This record gives sequence, structure tokens and C-alpha cells, in this order.
Amino acid sequence: MSEMTKKVHSMLVRFVPGVRSLLDRGSAGWMILVGTIIVVSMIAMTLLGPFIAPHNPVAPGVGPRLSSPSSAFPLGTTRLGEDMLSRVLTGGGIMLQVAGLSALICFAIGVPIGLFSSYVGGKVDKILSLIMDSIYAFPGLVLAIALAAMLGRGVVSISVAISVVYIPSYFRIVRSQVLTIKELQYTAAAEAAGARWHTIIFSHILPNVIPSIVVVASVNFADAILTAAGLTFVGLGVEVDVPDWGRDLTNGRQVLGSGAWWVITFPGLMIILLAFGFTLVAEGLSELTSPKLMK
Amino acid sequence: MGLRAYVVTRVLLTIPMVMLLLTLVFLIIRVMPGDPVLLHFEKRADEQAMAQMRARLGLDKPLVNQYFEYLFKLFQGDLGQSMQDYSSVSEQIFSAFPATLELAISSMTLATVIGVLLGVRSSKSYDKPIDHAIRTFGIVTYAIPVFFLGMILQLTLGIWLRNVGSPFYFPTGQRISPRTTAPAGLTLNLGSPSDIASPLSWAFVLGLIALVLTLIMVFKRRMKMFPKGLLISLCVFAAVWGVGTVVFWHYASSGGIRIATGLYTIDSLLEGNLEKTAEVLKYLFLPSLSLGLVLCGIFVRITRNNMLETLRSDYVTAAKARGLKDRTVTYTYAFRNAFLPVLTMMGLQFALLLGGAVLTETTFSWPGLGRYIVERINFRDYTAIQGAVVVFGLFVTLVSLAVDLLYAYFDPRIRL
Repeated sequence: MSEMTKKVHSMLVRFVPGVRSLLDRGSAGWMILVGTIIVVSMIAMTLLGPFIAPHNPVAPGVGPRLSSPSSAFPLGTTRLGEDMLSRVLTGGGIMLQVAGLSALICFAIGVPIGLFSSYVGGKVDKILSLIMDSIYAFPGLVLAIALAAMLGRGVVSISVAISVVYIPSYFRIVRSQVLTIKELQYTAAAEAAGARWHTIIFSHILPNVIPSIVVVASVNFADAILTAAGLTFVGLGVEVDVPDWGRDLTNGRQVLGSGAWWVITFPGLMIILLAFGFTLVAEGLSELTSPKLMK
Repeated sequence: MGLRAYVVTRVLLTIPMVMLLLTLVFLIIRVMPGDPVLLHFEKRADEQAMAQMRARLGLDKPLVNQYFEYLFKLFQGDLGQSMQDYSSVSEQIFSAFPATLELAISSMTLATVIGVLLGVRSSKSYDKPIDHAIRTFGIVTYAIPVFFLGMILQLTLGIWLRNVGSPFYFPTGQRISPRTTAPAGLTLNLGSPSDIASPLSWAFVLGLIALVLTLIMVFKRRMKMFPKGLLISLCVFAAVWGVGTVVFWHYASSGGIRIATGLYTIDSLLEGNLEKTAEVLKYLFLPSLSLGLVLCGIFVRITRNNMLETLRSDYVTAAKARGLKDRTVTYTYAFRNAFLPVLTMMGLQFALLLGGAVLTETTFSWPGLGRYIVERINFRDYTAIQGAVVVFGLFVTLVSLAVDLLYAYFDPRIRL
């Protein structure tokens, strides 16, 4: 460790409670910490955005049309004369909502099906696995596009479209974990002691599956954000009067030919930062939960 | 299980997968809330027009009938009619597909090459700054939306280069300049239909090639050359010559054989027009690079992790001890064993690649299947969307089948 990282380390340990145990775990701990900081500050920015934004993000004509960054408009303006800075500050709402909601839906559907399928076993398990595998093998974005095209606009329908794509990931991880845990002695002991099936599933198996679910969920947050951006880009996003980074990219594409780099660059970097934060957390968590990779 | 048994099982397993896939797509478009016809008209058409469209597209029949009709037509290669103008969806998809295939092949190649090179480099400087830099790069690529990267590349290597007056810049859209005609491929002129001599001689050449190939096979299998091997070879030669003459004569009477793949790079080479090839490659570069860079992260990681393992193994140490060149040890000894997981990953990444291709095609106005879907969404043309989604699914299924079979061929442990 260099001097700099040592300094940061000691400061963090002194001022943030509970961080010591995290940082003692090497690079995984650092990844989780940095990722969490990014994600939390992005969420805070989106929540506070409407209050600190200098202009109304969806009001056209607050500035000149398509002007490059200047002192009055630090990030430039859009084709309609909207203030880019205000749009960047407030534009994460849709994506965060979609990511959160789709993770919830996936969790609420994927986990119970996974538990049920693997616990029951037999033909039911085989059929369910086959269905899940064929969804899993399908190009996710294409499936999400077809679903979103049928379900129409809105946060809920986008979230549902994304959830359908990612439920199989939850199903698979839960299933593979349960199949291992089911063979362990303490499950057999619980069975021998006469525990009922729901006691075994919910108090003996589920707690041990949770860590892997958390890893999948954090990976899916990043994927959901990118998929939501992609859906917006092909014209399946939410209403026009909501600021959204994905929509800024779509609009920016139309004025790209005039060399207006600021319309796409700042929202694009925001999407990358948000997805990167979630990916870092996911990487760190997966390193923590699979000791094989730890050095 | 031998290789043959494995192949048969794997191919048979594909059938239920495909059936499930087709059913899934049908369920999404027809059964989910939202009637396609109603959605198409956006509630502003009269009942009569809607009833007319339903009748014409067969959407007024019971769902079960629709389902079987859909399957039945699909097996004949018919993907139905477009809601926009009742044109054939299959034809449109057939003409858009090669563009997507070309983009997919070239970006997968770029992703693998970039990923493997960086992964090997990273593993060789384990835990040094360059290793950390490459790993971070790998993680960052996960987080980049492909259309954002595409637009940045368009802006920097396309628009800005052109604006500063550079003679060399990359085009930002389409497969080929509108002033150039699309490469036509190779046309074999087989002479006039009245003249049997030309088909005869073309087929004779083909027959000779078949003869040589058969002789080589006979030799390799250690069959008796005389009289059995020679007899078989002569029979093959005669058969190819005879059938070839008939086939060629048939084509000669319809104006020659046109060999075209729809892949512009290959077609322009077949045409023998190298200038056109250069142009096609120039148009292909930016879309492939965006998609390739976004996908290469997983290859970096998997190559690095596997190389770390193989570089530590005894046989690599032994090779180094014998004083072999570093490059030889890395690529010929270690990398060969680290490559199999990369191959598997190529298959797994293919679905992701096609999803990314939809966005890349939209960004670069690339006239492929992805842009077709997006365009049809704007027209609310649900029958066309259904067709395109089916083709995407079948494509992925076929590729994963091919990868599994290749894997079994390379790694005998799989088929044990």
C-alpha cells in the first residue's frame, strides 16, 4: 500500500463506523466502498437535483439553442434551449426507479420459483429449468424491446420488460445453491427432527442463499440501467416531459452531425458512472462471497 | 458417450428449446395485454378497418388456431405479413440479415482479439500497475452503453476528423457510400444455353477436383487402392461430372450462376474490386469497434484468469526452463489451454452481442435486423417485430449449438 492509500485508509477507519472490517478484506472491500460511494452520491444527486438545478430541466428556451458550454450554461444547452446542467442533475430518476423496481420484481418472482423448483425437484423442476434456460439464452435486449413494445410506455412496463429478462438469473442462482444446500447434513437433521417443508425452506435454506442473490441483484442493477437506457434509445422510454439521461442521448444523436458533443457526453458519462458504481459493488461482493478467487 | 452420440443428443435437445422459444414469442405478441391491431391503430381507427386487418392477417381466428398456423407457416419459412403494407416479413428479414451477420462476425472477432491480447498482457504482469489498469478497463467496458461509445467514436473519428479537413475520416453511417453500388458478388458466365460444351468442361474441372479429394481420402483411410479405391474414385468423378453438367446447363440457360453472400466484405472480394473492399471495411470499422470494445471486457477477464492458472502449471515452467522464447511459451504453450473457456464465452456472449447490435445498428444507421425491429416499432408493426424476434432467437440457438459441438470436438472430456 502506498502512503496515499494508507492515509485514506486510516481516515476512513477513524471516521466511518464499520468500515474497518470491509477494508481488511483487500481489493474487494475497496471496490464495494468506492462503488457504494458512487451509487449513494448519484442517488443523492437525483433526489436533490430538483432543488439545486439552476433552471427547470424540461423548460425549453431558458437559454440559446444548442450553445456550447459557457459560464451561463456550464454544460451547454439542448436543441430546444434546455439547460444541460439541470438535465444532468435531475435525469437519473427514471433509471434508478426502473433498476429498483425491476430488482424487486425479479426478487419477488425469481427467488420463490427457484426455491420451489429445486426443492420439489423431478419433472416440475426440469420443465421450469427448460423454460428459464430458453429465456436466459434469448438476446435480452431484443426480448425486452418486444415486451416493452407490447406493454407501452411508463416506468412500470419498462421494469416488467426488464424483469422478464433477468428473472432466469435469479432462478438459476437460487436453484444451484439450493441443490447444494439440500444435501448438507444440517438440512437432513432438520428433516429428521420433523421440521415442516416451509420451515426448512425459509429458515434453513433461504438465509444461506441470500448472499448469492445479493450478488446477482447488484449485477442486475447495472444491467437494468443499461437496458433502460437502450430501451429509451430505440424510442420505448417514458414520457417526454421527464428529464432522462437516456433520452438526452437519443436527442443528442440527431444533432451529432453539427458537432454538438456536450448534449451526449455529460448524460452518457453519468450513465457510465452509475452503472460502473453498481458493477464495482457487484465485483467486490462476488469476490467476497467466493473465497476461491481471494488471494 | 462418443462424439456421435453427444452430437445427436445435443441436436435433439435443441428441438424443445426452439419450440419453447417460438411459443414464448407468440405469447408475448399475441396473448399479453395489448391487442396488436388495436395498438397498431392507436385507438383512432374505425372498427371496420380493424376487422379488415384482423381478417387479412388471420388474427380473428381462435388463439389455438393462430398458434398452429404460426408454427406451420414458420416451418415453411413464412414469417407472415407486415401490418404496415402486408408485404412479406420473411423477404425483408432475409435482405436485412446479412448486414447483421457481418457486423456480428467482425465485432465478435474484434472483441476476442482485443480481449485476449489484453488478458494475456494482464496475466503476464500480475498485480502490477498495468494489470490493474487493464482490469479496470475491463470493468469499465461493462458499464458503457454501446450507443454512447458509438456516438463518441462517430464524433471523434468521423465528424471532427472531417471538420478539421483531414483527408481520412471514418463514415458515420450506412454500409457503403450511396454513390457506390453494392458489391454484387461473383457471376459465373457459363456460356450460352445452346452450347453444351461449356457446362461440360466446367463440370469436368469440378469432377477432377472431386476425384483428387476422393483419392486423398482413400489414401488416408488406408483402403486398398486397387481395385476398390480406384473404382470408388472413378464413380465419384463420373457422378460429379454428370450431375454438374446438368446443373450448370440449367443455370446457363438462366444466365449464369451468381455467388453472393450478402456480406459486403466477401462479395466485394468475390467481385475482385479491392477498392470497394477497402471502402466496405472503412464503413464497417466504427460499428464493429464500438460493439467489440463494449464486449471485450469479459474476454479480458476470462483470458487473464485462465492464463494465471496455466502460467503457474508445471509444463509451462518446464518449457521456460528449457530456454524457449517468452512469446512461444505464452502463446503456443500456455494460451492453447487457456483458449477453450474463451471459446465457450464466445458462444455465451453471442446473445449479448445481438442485443448490442440492435443499438449499434440504430446508432450507425446500419441496415440490419436490429434497425429493422426499431423501425417497425415506430410503425407499430407487430407482425414484423414478431418475425424479427423469432429470427434473432433462432440465430442464437444455432450459434450456441455450433459452439457446443465445436467444444466437444476440441475437448474430449465433454463427451465422456
